Amino acid sequence: MSSLWSRLEPLLAQVQKPARYIGCEDGAQTPEHAPHKVAWLLTYPDTYEIGLPNQGLQILYEILNERPDAVAERAYAPWVDLEALLRARGLPLFSVDTHRPAIDFDILAFNVSAELVYTNVLNCIDLAGVPVRAEDRGPEHPLVGAGGHCTYNPEPLADFVDFFVLGDGEEVVSEITERMGEWKAGGRTSGSRQRLLHDLATVAGVYVPSMYEVAYDGARLASVTPRYPDVPERVEKRTIADLGAWPYPKRQLVPLTEVVHDRLNVEVFRGCTRGCRFCQAGMITRPVRERPEAQVRHMVTDGLRRTGYDEVALTSLSTADFSGIERVVADTVADPGNCGQVSVSLPSLRVDAFTVGIAAELQRARRTGLTFAPEAGTWRMRRVINKLIADDDLYGAVESAYSQGWRRMKLYFMTGLPTETDDDTLGIAELARRCVEIGRRHAKGASVTVSVGGFVPKPFTPFQWFGQNTAAELQRKMWLLRDDLRRDRAVAYKWHDPKATLVEGIASRGDRRLGAVIEQVWRNGGTFQEWSEHFDLTLWEDAMAAAGLSIDDVVYRHRDRDEVLAWDHLSAGLHKDFLWQDWRDALDEVGLEDCRWTPCYDCGACTGYSIEHVVASATPPAGGSQGTGQGLALVPVPVAVGSRPSPRAGS
Amino acid sequence: MRVRLRFAKRGKVRFTSHRDVVRLWERALRRAVLPVAYSGGFRPRPKLSFGLALSTGHESVAEYLDVELADGVAAAVDDLPERLSLELPVGIDVLAAAPIEPGHPSLQEQVQTCTWHIEALDLEPLGAQRLVDAALVAEELVVARSRKGREVTDDLRPAVRCVTVVGPTSGGTELEAELAVHPRSVRPAELLAALDPVLAEGRVLRTAQWIWNDGARDEPLPVVVDLGSALPAPLADPSVTRRDHSDVRRPTGGDEGDTRFRQPLCTTASTRGSPVFPP
Repeated sequence: MSSLWSRLEPLLAQVQKPARYIGCEDGAQTPEHAPHKVAWLLTYPDTYEIGLPNQGLQILYEILNERPDAVAERAYAPWVDLEALLRARGLPLFSVDTHRPAIDFDILAFNVSAELVYTNVLNCIDLAGVPVRAEDRGPEHPLVGAGGHCTYNPEPLADFVDFFVLGDGEEVVSEITERMGEWKAGGRTSGSRQRLLHDLATVAGVYVPSMYEVAYDGARLASVTPRYPDVPERVEKRTIADLGAWPYPKRQLVPLTEVVHDRLNVEVFRGCTRGCRFCQAGMITRPVRERPEAQVRHMVTDGLRRTGYDEVALTSLSTADFSGIERVVADTVADPGNCGQVSVSLPSLRVDAFTVGIAAELQRARRTGLTFAPEAGTWRMRRVINKLIADDDLYGAVESAYSQGWRRMKLYFMTGLPTETDDDTLGIAELARRCVEIGRRHAKGASVTVSVGGFVPKPFTPFQWFGQNTAAELQRKMWLLRDDLRRDRAVAYKWHDPKATLVEGIASRGDRRLGAVIEQVWRNGGTFQEWSEHFDLTLWEDAMAAAGLSIDDVVYRHRDRDEVLAWDHLSAGLHKDFLWQDWRDALDEVGLEDCRWTPCYDCGACTGYSIEHVVASATPPAGGSQGTGQGLALVPVPVAVGSRPSPRAGS
Repeated sequence: MRVRLRFAKRGKVRFTSHRDVVRLWERALRRAVLPVAYSGGFRPRPKLSFGLALSTGHESVAEYLDVELADGVAAAVDDLPERLSLELPVGIDVLAAAPIEPGHPSLQEQVQTCTWHIEALDLEPLGAQRLVDAALVAEELVVARSRKGREVTDDLRPAVRCVTVVGPTSGGTELEAELAVHPRSVRPAELLAALDPVLAEGRVLRTAQWIWNDGARDEPLPVVVDLGSALPAPLADPSVTRRDHSDVRRPTGGDEGDTRFRQPLCTTASTRGSPVFPP
């Protein structure tokens, strides 16, 4: 079968936002399928608006389509209205590029970036016409693969996914393609699927759950061990050594309809060694690999010209740490080819590296929103989580921003952190009020938006042993803050639903027994759980009870050092001893500096793979409180507080 | 300097919304490096002025856009249709471009009616003809719609300038109608509801927007569009694309066998337009 378009077309007139199903983006490809080519359907298990901007998916889309032996198309989870129409007419999940049925592909590859989409993964597999459980699939079915940050604990999805990829996908997709190609050439005979999976399990970075035996000791996980001698006991993540060798996406997709992050995105570095203890992304993506500054400039200039976007985001986990950041921002804003109409946004901007210089450059173009993430309200709490931003740094950055003309900013925080007291929680309100005070010195209408989310402990972080706060406790803290901020009109307060935080906690650290829970929630209609209008905690509570699992045990319980964790047979390169020591340091309120500019702590991320940090600058960015040796004490930082920068010559 | 553009929106891209079209035009103009004038303020926007919005899912060969160019720039308009079409998604094609004078009335002020080809699903041409005949002799055509949560009724009869039955399509019958845009834009679905409340709308194509002067109508930028092909192209005759909006309309109409669509003079129910939907 080829295109389903003629059958989909009449349905699109009946659904919301039909443009998300038409493809036609600039940069979209219509690859030629052929029997000798391995066909990948890169699927994002959420709506098009959320999934399209995903850079990981776009990078693999280009790399695979450049190969002569592979084709790649994209699919996104259809919204509930279209799904109902598809099911009523017996139509399957389809690609948006050529509207081909999902079953025509050899691999359904999911990008899994959030726990709440797990039921959508099942729904997409089912809608594709593939048995939901991996054990029920035969040689006629596509393989189901998954990658993305959530797959560092793949166990909750192990019953449904044939293989997982840990870490950077740039290289490993080619190795998988070659193995798949051999399988196709061999005619997909009965029993061959099993041999293929066994073969894939020997590829570095690939985890095939069916090749492992899981043992329990009462309610506790006892071990996850390989069934065959050539299957690794511990699967190591994949890491590309040089980001400069992978200048992707070269042709970023430009959607025709509105999506999140609707702008040019250029990844300036991957990895982060700031060492924030709550941050899974920072731990699992080490070491830091900067993209060469010249390549960043080229990707910005070329990308803007090609896409017609008027905004470029320089993305990373902490963009102000990029060695050439001020120059790149200044030159992009000043480039006459951009007619002064291009704005630069720096998501993940660390407060302590936000200088007047950067503020001044950013505001020369169109002013974008400004978001800082202090994460915790008190210096004590920030030492615990190792987000070592001193109060003075924070207020210095806020001063810089207001002095450069910003009138409002967003501040992100977490509550439910280890050792948190009510004083720490209320510190968030205090901090917000202080920011408003600073802002009022510059503008009468200055305001801040405070967003607070409940903390979910993640695998491969020092907090992986921490028992998550109960939903009731998180709710109490959210209300404590709400009541405290009630009189502050200049502070807008938003919080994340603690019930959703609870479900994230279930999926974040659960073991393979979670599969039954996810399947039951899905069977009872629990899709799009990350959308508040569809989220339903009772579905999860009922499914947990039916599976004989306790929320207390899975989510709220502190783990011991000796406990077997569900992801112990996988490795993000970090030594477990390092993580444990960091956890003890956290409880002692001891901070740990950034290893980019200080001696190595031997966390394992570099040494284990014989690679190193790739950082262009030997000195840490100005204004940073880490790595400069000044970070752990409250000392003034080089931010010109309260003064406008002197006018530039000639401007 | 202002430039008026006429463009088509056909095929898959018809499922984009009006807002989407505004954004994709902004990107296309930047890609074409056209020196567009920008508004001031905190968030400068390019100075674009769109005519009537087209509903999501409807196609058109008569969409209009006025682009304000930066001060002192006199751009050549001859190559604009080709240059801009290259930068626009498949299905959006610029059919004509012409400079307009400062102080010229906006599209919203000028346009009074639109011609539509409307597919009424599950309806035979004979049945359609009976409904159309009944509608054209009716004193009033009352439709109900909800406005700000309240149910209100409107008489569409004054807004329905003409309706004709074009012929059968794969899924029903094709109608051609000229509908007024003032005091409010009448939607094709409302016309169908006025003919018979059970009628469902299939494909819809806007073929013209009209400016009326002293009983004669003219298009803001007239072009002859080949509706038989998937992608309507402007006529090879360059004089057409360069024509100013104020030019007198060229005579239209033609032999019935001509597959090219021409703006019909629509006076009575007996005038037949050329079919545009597959029979």
